Amino acid sequence: MSSVTEQQHDQAAHHDGHHHPAKGFKRWLYTTNHKDIGSLYLIFSLTMFLIGGAMAMVIRAELFQPGLQLVEPHFFNQMTTVHGLIMVFGAVMPAFTGLANWMVPLMIGAPDMALPRMNNWSFWILPFAFIILLASLFMPGGGPAFGWTFYAPLSTTYSNDNTALFVFAVHIMGISSIMGAINVIVTIVNLRAPGMTWMKLPLFVWTWLITAFLLIAVMPVLAGAVTMVLTDKYFATSFFDAAGGGDPVMFQHIFWFFGHPEVYIMILPAFGIISTIVPTFSRKKLFGYASMVYATSSIALLSFIVWAHHMFTTGMPVAGELFFMYATMLISVPTGVKVFNWVATMWRGSISFEVPMLFSIAFIVLFTLGGFSGLMLAITPADFQYHDTYFVVAHFHYVLVTGAIFSIMAGAYYWLPKWTGNMFNITLAKWHFWLSLVSVNVLFFPMHFVGLAGMPRRIPDYALQFADFNAIISIGGFAFGLSQLLFVVVVFKCARGGDKVPAKVWDGAEGLEWEVASPAPYHTFETPPEIK
Amino acid sequence: MDKNYEKYYVPAQSPWPIVGAFAMFFIAVGAGLTVMQASSGGGGHYVLYAGIAVLLFMLFRWFKNVIEESDQGLYSAQMDRSFRQGMSWFIFSEVMFFMAFFGALFYARMLSVPWLGGAGNNAMTNEVLWPTFEAIWPLVTTPDGGTTQAMGWQGLPLINTLILLTSSVTLHFAHVGMENNKRGPLKVFMALTIVLGVCFLGLQVVEYMHAYQDLGLTLDAGVYGNTFFLLTGFHGMHVTLGTILLLVMLIRILKGHFSPDKHFAFQAAAWYWHFVDVVWLCLFVFVYVL
Ligand code: HEM
Ligand SMILES: [Cu+2]
Repeated sequence: MSSVTEQQHDQAAHHDGHHHPAKGFKRWLYTTNHKDIGSLYLIFSLTMFLIGGAMAMVIRAELFQPGLQLVEPHFFNQMTTVHGLIMVFGAVMPAFTGLANWMVPLMIGAPDMALPRMNNWSFWILPFAFIILLASLFMPGGGPAFGWTFYAPLSTTYSNDNTALFVFAVHIMGISSIMGAINVIVTIVNLRAPGMTWMKLPLFVWTWLITAFLLIAVMPVLAGAVTMVLTDKYFATSFFDAAGGGDPVMFQHIFWFFGHPEVYIMILPAFGIISTIVPTFSRKKLFGYASMVYATSSIALLSFIVWAHHMFTTGMPVAGELFFMYATMLISVPTGVKVFNWVATMWRGSISFEVPMLFSIAFIVLFTLGGFSGLMLAITPADFQYHDTYFVVAHFHYVLVTGAIFSIMAGAYYWLPKWTGNMFNITLAKWHFWLSLVSVNVLFFPMHFVGLAGMPRRIPDYALQFADFNAIISIGGFAFGLSQLLFVVVVFKCARGGDKVPAKVWDGAEGLEWEVASPAPYHTFETPPEIK
Repeated sequence: MDKNYEKYYVPAQSPWPIVGAFAMFFIAVGAGLTVMQASSGGGGHYVLYAGIAVLLFMLFRWFKNVIEESDQGLYSAQMDRSFRQGMSWFIFSEVMFFMAFFGALFYARMLSVPWLGGAGNNAMTNEVLWPTFEAIWPLVTTPDGGTTQAMGWQGLPLINTLILLTSSVTLHFAHVGMENNKRGPLKVFMALTIVLGVCFLGLQVVEYMHAYQDLGLTLDAGVYGNTFFLLTGFHGMHVTLGTILLLVMLIRILKGHFSPDKHFAFQAAAWYWHFVDVVWLCLFVFVYVL
């Protein structure tokens, strides 16, 4: 008996020590490898970024001039809705999950993600969710047109008949996120190499740990919200209908209980990336590591008690308005700690301006700008004026495009050589950066002005006095959109070839991921590394 | 270092996740179409059934692989911890799912219904919208005049509470049997737990029929009926799943699977059952009694 087991052991060891990727497309369908799955997530995210971007181009083309020019208002509404949904659930979140898949095991010295098969499942259900969502655009009646926030009664009484498809697509996205988050959290808690103690964890890993917690906590609440929309619309319940004792405002409470932590889900990993890149190119240790960890944790906890800052104009009791105003302002304290630490890390460092660093510095400046407009919005009486105007659009695009997306670009440029073994085309990448930097500000900065002047968001037409700024905004939009094609070119060229890079691509870089070869071998850290 | 380190098992390629992704796709499309075609009729539900069938087949084969790997001794203690932590976080996500519906219940009860009745600074809300509306809970008369009757807690619900509580105890004894390698009591207590679970579900069906036929308490009977049916309904679905899980565990126990120190699947099912039990307790207190 014992010899039989031993034999089996042997076979098993032999078996898993040598498995290579399957050939052809099967490799991508059947894979359990965190690097393959990371790449899948990233490619998927890039595809969605382009599709969502194309929708943004439709929006900006329509808004180039006042009056209705190109598209029907109903189609315009579908564009704003699906643009938002795709960018949030299809572009930003999968990109971060892809980065986590690739980098977390490398950074903590783990052989793979903790639950590799589930990892593949959580990826592959995502494309299907978006197929459903996109297909509904082509069905009679059209796709969702109630805004990415799907407020009731827009999504219940006034929505088209295809809303059930939206509901189930969101369910699938949620399941995918939850499984992905469980994987990340278990990997970090359970698969750290011996000696990788909590306060030695790279910050990207820390921020993802907390993000994963937020995901598991709030994605189910989103599932609850869409479920109630489903029953209100199709089964005559009245959760969000006062005639039956419910309340449309209740929808907003439930949605934003998910929605506000969600925006932190989209920015905490970005903080992690910036905290990784800035020290590398400043050739200094990160300033205030421990305070970064505590700041991240307190942001995550506070994010559960600020949701109603999205609802100041719904007529909450005054005590509620005040509570949510102060709680929201409180969040800017730990956020400020972070910005301070990044700047202090650069202070007196020997800085060099490689492409990842350029994106990181742009992140620090422009994300902070978005934080300031957030603070303005957090002031309840002021928000009565700003709410539902382009000022809000300006705010969240500064934190999401020049925040989350810029950090993803920074991370992509930082780790691309590690993934492919090739250096990317630096000239093209710098063009990409500078074009993006200029155009993104032409695109979003004037939105502050038209917003303060009262231009409402999500409307396909506008008053004449906003015409000039909107033309400028649209030009910035087209320029930004086109510039991203450069990124696609850089990535594909880099994947196909380029100057070979050593294991440690950037001379100031620290961390386990730089100790494995470039490109990173298919299997890494099958026995855990020694951490001093 | 090598001595106290067991290799972490990373499975080779597996076809089941992508099969599962297709299953989810069919389920989502099928469920969507079924709902959309509820009045017009259409083939959507067949897509849904196909999806569920593929999902069950996939889960069966996937877990079969896992059991085989476990039997081959490929799993280290570390792997076991991964499973345990994964399951715990899954249960946490389920808790948050129920929180959304409990949140809706509390909001309706404490805020929206009183406001519609004129509480706080809402005197005009009441006056302008539905001046005759009175805020009471359970909401047996909705603002637009729909009427229903409340579900008491003394009869079936109380019995059901006792049944579920007992089932948690029997399941605990089953676990004790598992840990002490007493297979006889283990089997008996498992079977008992499953019987109790099925009784619970049967009585829930009776209760739903009572609600629909005698009380006029229906899914669309205003926010009281909404929260009642969504909370108990989702709970019932979880009990169903939990019962199936326990049944699978019983079959595996009868086939001689598990040992006193290796029985993660059993334990996961047991955790799930206890979780479902706790949800019921909250339900009993907040939906029925209070
Ligand atoms: C200092 C930190 C921040 C503060 C004080 C803040 C405050 C606010 C406030 C008060 C609103 C509501 C405005 C309105 O609708 O009238 C808002 C909207 C929004 N914020 Fe922030 N915010 C902050 C950071 C962020 C971050 C980091 C993100 C995402 C990465 C973000 C994403 C959003 C989004 C997406 C919306 C608009 C949602 C919608 O209505 O579609 N915010 N913010
Ligand atoms: Cu917010």
